[in-house]
Amino acid sequence: MVHWSAEEKQLIASVWSKVNVEECGAEALARLLIVYPWTQRFFASFGNLSSPTAILGNPKVRAHGKKVLTSFGEAVKNLDNIKVTYAKLSELHCEKLHVDPENFRLLGDILIIVLASHFARDFTPACQFAWQKLVGVVAHALARKYH
Amino acid sequence: MLTADDKKLIQQVWEKVVSHQDDLGAEALERMFITYPQTKTYFPHFDLHHGSDQIRSHGKKVASALGNAVKSLDNLSQALSELSNLHAYNLRVDPTHFALQLLSQCFQVVLAVHLGNDYTPEVHAAFDKFLSAVAAVLAEKYR
Repeated sequence: MVHWSAEEKQLIASVWSKVNVEECGAEALARLLIVYPWTQRFFASFGNLSSPTAILGNPKVRAHGKKVLTSFGEAVKNLDNIKVTYAKLSELHCEKLHVDPENFRLLGDILIIVLASHFARDFTPACQFAWQKLVGVVAHALARKYH
Repeated sequence: MLTADDKKLIQQVWEKVVSHQDDLGAEALERMFITYPQTKTYFPHFDLHHGSDQIRSHGKKVASALGNAVKSLDNLSQALSELSNLHAYNLRVDPTHFALQLLSQCFQVVLAVHLGNDYTPEVHAAFDKFLSAVAAVLAEKYR
């Protein structure tokens, strides 16, 4: 089980309370598809992904980004039980979606950069530490059921 | 491979931060030591407290090297040749999960903190490619 200090929990909760899940999720997913274009391989059905502008404006990207970050909120609410929280999603990503878990790490790093650009100085080094730890734990949980 | 557009974006971004590039270097290092404590193993001889002179001066060195790289985007291998030797033969920072990837993440976080919305997805993509290219050159001579 992952150990979270009281400070880490507080930093995570405090940042999360100020996050606009729809905007942030959309931006994070769009950036993933722009910065690491090979990740578009999982989204062939999303329509126009031909340029950064197209990706940022693509309604399917926005909707899916919101879905992904909403799900991330489950981790924030269940810090002491992330493994169990993501067990089914892990199976899904392996068996149905066939996503290389390395992509979870990439999305996690992108999310950190999005948070940094939104919160600026408020995204202190201590905040970054707690959040990098969180995205790492989520990525690990999502990879756990792979076979 | 860095496209012509990438190079333009990288140079534009660096223009915006060049006046305080030393601070950014120090801040990126500090974030790296805090976020990824394993990176401290390469600096047992440093005082790693917030605001330490050694972090400031090392941050300045790193930022200056990056600034040089920005001026030499057409020839990174040559521009970073000395540093490449240093990292391969003296420093031997782990290249597989290269601590440089961790520093790259922290450098981008610092840019995002300072530039906010100006750290657009296009700029982000170009800079990520740039830092990857720098890391690759620094790891070139490892074996």
